[in-house]
Amino acid sequence: MSLTKKRNNTVSGAAESKFNIHPMDQFVVKPLFGGELAWYSVTNVTLWMGISVLAVIALLVIGTRGRAVIPSRSQSIAEIIYGFVYKMVEDIAGKEGLRYFPYIMTLFMFIVLANLLGLLPKSFTTTSHIAVTATMAFAVFIFVTLLGFVRNGAKFLSLFWISSAPLPLRPILALIEIISYFVRPISHSIRLAGNMMAGHAVIKVFAGFAGAMGFGAVFPIVGIMAVYGLEMLVTVIQAYVFTILTCVYLNDALHPAH
Amino acid sequence: MADVSMGPDLIKMGAYIGAGLACTGMGGAAIGVGHVVGNYLSGALRNPSAAAGQTATMFIGIAFSEALGIFSFLVALLLMFAV
Repeated sequence: MSLTKKRNNTVSGAAESKFNIHPMDQFVVKPLFGGELAWYSVTNVTLWMGISVLAVIALLVIGTRGRAVIPSRSQSIAEIIYGFVYKMVEDIAGKEGLRYFPYIMTLFMFIVLANLLGLLPKSFTTTSHIAVTATMAFAVFIFVTLLGFVRNGAKFLSLFWISSAPLPLRPILALIEIISYFVRPISHSIRLAGNMMAGHAVIKVFAGFAGAMGFGAVFPIVGIMAVYGLEMLVTVIQAYVFTILTCVYLNDALHPAH
Repeated sequence: MADVSMGPDLIKMGAYIGAGLACTGMGGAAIGVGHVVGNYLSGALRNPSAAAGQTATMFIGIAFSEALGIFSFLVALLLMFAV
């Protein structure tokens, strides 16, 4: 037993000396002010979540403070994002969905800025942790389920009982619909966390190649630049997908009939 | 003695092989996403004026077909870190 443990240590030690940048090190949760990790300790997750909230406030509150007819750059960015999310909610969840627009806008802004701030060197991607995204996804799931029952009562269950299908098929479809309904928060959260973790780890893997190659490091560095561009796209698209799925679930709660 | 020390290694080997095999599911998700976007594009090139209204539907389709690839990723993660 002690032999295997020792061998494992030497194997990981050799790997560390070859790749001096370990791709998964960026996702380690560390307390900022030392001490043991407890539920109240201030960690790098807390710090970077706070920074992304401050960035949202800076863009949406301070950026639009001028309220000019001809908007400044930051004001027009904020206006474009507002109009984009507003139109998305209206298109997918309908006019009634607009009551819940502030929640969806908050989700979108927080996710997009947390994703983008995670791309800065030495920063921490809060949305790469399933704990963070699962909190948001389960909040959406519980909110949407409660809303469906409050708005429609028992009629909400017609979401699972598809009246347009032939009668013998309906129980089987109901089973499938119920399973897919309860899988929603899981796929909703892991999609975001998985994409963020994988994408940001790829950049660090390329960086590890660069560290190991000496003068040949030009090729991985060009690779990092290409992957970085792709990641900028992926971060925004994943925030968009998270928000649009929230709108789809909201629409199911508001209009359960198929 | 030898059997006892081999046990955890064998389990680890099986878990790693299984994690690698689970990643083949991502290929299926890639095919699905490519199918969605390809069909969207061929439809959009036939009728460009209707394309703008359907981008949201395309992204929802991508998200749903990608979800199954994410489940294979989840299985790989569970095998790597939870078994």
